Amino acid sequence: MGMTITEKILAAHTGKDSVNSGDLVNIKLDLVLSNDITAPIAIKQFKEIGVKDVFDKDKVVMVPDHFAPNKDIDSAEQCKMLRTFAHEQDLTNYFEVGRMGIEHALLPEQGLVLPGDAVIGADSHTCTYGGLGAFSTGMGSTDIAAAMATGEIWLKVPPSIKFVFNGHLNPWVSGKDLILYTIGQIGVDGALYQAMEFTGEAITALSMDGRLSMCNMAIEAGGKSGIIEPDQKTLDYIQGRSNREYTAYKSDDNAKYAKIYEWDVSDIEPQVAFPHLPSNTRGISGVGDIAIDQVVIGSCTNGRLEDLRIAAQILKGREVGKNVRCIIIPATQEIYRQAMLEGLLEIFIDAKAAVSTPTCGPCLGGHMGILAKGERALATTNRNFVGRMGHPESEVYLSGPAVAAASAVAGKIISPEQL
Amino acid sequence: MKYRGHVWKFGRDIDTDLIIPARYLKTSDPAELGRHAMEDADPEFVNKISAGDIIVAEENFGCGSSREHAPIALKAAGISCVIAKSFARIFYRNSINMGLPILESPEAVDGINPGDEIQVDTDKGEITNLATGKVYRAKPLPEFINNIVRQGGLINYIKDKVKA
Repeated sequence: MGMTITEKILAAHTGKDSVNSGDLVNIKLDLVLSNDITAPIAIKQFKEIGVKDVFDKDKVVMVPDHFAPNKDIDSAEQCKMLRTFAHEQDLTNYFEVGRMGIEHALLPEQGLVLPGDAVIGADSHTCTYGGLGAFSTGMGSTDIAAAMATGEIWLKVPPSIKFVFNGHLNPWVSGKDLILYTIGQIGVDGALYQAMEFTGEAITALSMDGRLSMCNMAIEAGGKSGIIEPDQKTLDYIQGRSNREYTAYKSDDNAKYAKIYEWDVSDIEPQVAFPHLPSNTRGISGVGDIAIDQVVIGSCTNGRLEDLRIAAQILKGREVGKNVRCIIIPATQEIYRQAMLEGLLEIFIDAKAAVSTPTCGPCLGGHMGILAKGERALATTNRNFVGRMGHPESEVYLSGPAVAAASAVAGKIISPEQL
Repeated sequence: MKYRGHVWKFGRDIDTDLIIPARYLKTSDPAELGRHAMEDADPEFVNKISAGDIIVAEENFGCGSSREHAPIALKAAGISCVIAKSFARIFYRNSINMGLPILESPEAVDGINPGDEIQVDTDKGEITNLATGKVYRAKPLPEFINNIVRQGGLINYIKDKVKA
């Protein structure tokens, strides 16, 4: 029996020729990640273990991005814990404010994750790196502490579900729309404990930004990981970002899948997820009349350059509706700089949008755009749970950057075609 | 280990933002987190429960974020055990690592009503509804995970390993 790309990566990291789904394995890790919310507990647990040094100071990454730049005194104390630990351990990859970005946009950009890697992070959206053909998954702080000490972690080899996307994408449909559509079809636990492998000509046609955005939301279907086989686009992307050796794995033709879904993307229009689950999706034509108070374009899902370019294409020469706050957050300093050089920031500011330094901020109701009671936001983020962006009686709708930008202008959820 | 308490029932897809909203993640202090457990699902939850009480929920309990603050908050609030039809995977690992017993048993979830007093025997994987006398079987923990639990959680397990 052949192996999936996920099984091949996990086998390589256990030193075995092959593994099967369901096997409990101990894997060697290429990277161990945490942030200002999860690292404080991980550091405490690491000290409890009693080892002096992390297993490899080049492979333990810490990014203060959630409540940073520090939103209040308590958050400042949490960020300080990371800073102190990073200095004590002489971590190569600690990213201070001014250098940092949203972790899952930052790590690929900095060439820290390559095809064939095995990565865990104390953040559920660590599954993003599947977009590069790596195995990556989110875990809690204590697992991360153990991994920081040993460079290893136990896990169960997940069964894989294959999602085949045939055909050509409709206008304004992005990777975000494909993943929202997928979650809408299978539900928020439709891929529980499983690897989601995305393939087909529509995936090949997606940019790297679009692929990262898709894999980012595998967790919203309960998935352990999302993954896309590396191709020439992947290799072009990593070119110049890293000199480290890597392996581009591909699934065997006779690999075993728990399930295979096959869709024609020409049937898929831009998607909107209604409160309070990412699976509560509708095509844009079925949304109806939904007025909004705020739009957020950013996050580890959609704060990349392509997302900003799409938003700028729509906002150029237009203005955000008078009753809407539109907040745009480039995900990293490099994306911010590029957006500046391309004139995107000027378009945003002319359109009366607020542009912020990189932060996860509003996505998890931290800061930089919290909702009051009864307010409604449309966001390019990844979760629309109760209270996610602020008051428990506020509402979050999810979409890709095109619908978000058009809706910011209209003051209600619309398709860019309706502008 | 045996746990005995009254049942608080919840539906499916109880996410980590309901278990502990992100606005409280400015600290990892268990007592502070415990004061806000389940707040956005039921603002009065922590005032209504007694120490040892048990949460019983439908599918996919703990979906969403990787925040270990979720099982920490439930434990600190006095919840002794969570029974659900299924758990989201990161929450499952975090609970094991934090020493919060969690059991999967669809039959128990269907057969137990809010307010029932139940007893949970995690060694045997048995859930007894003291209100009806009915006994339900829970899916046993995989042996590998049981070893971690027996050693008192992941940190102790790793402590032994790094010494060896």
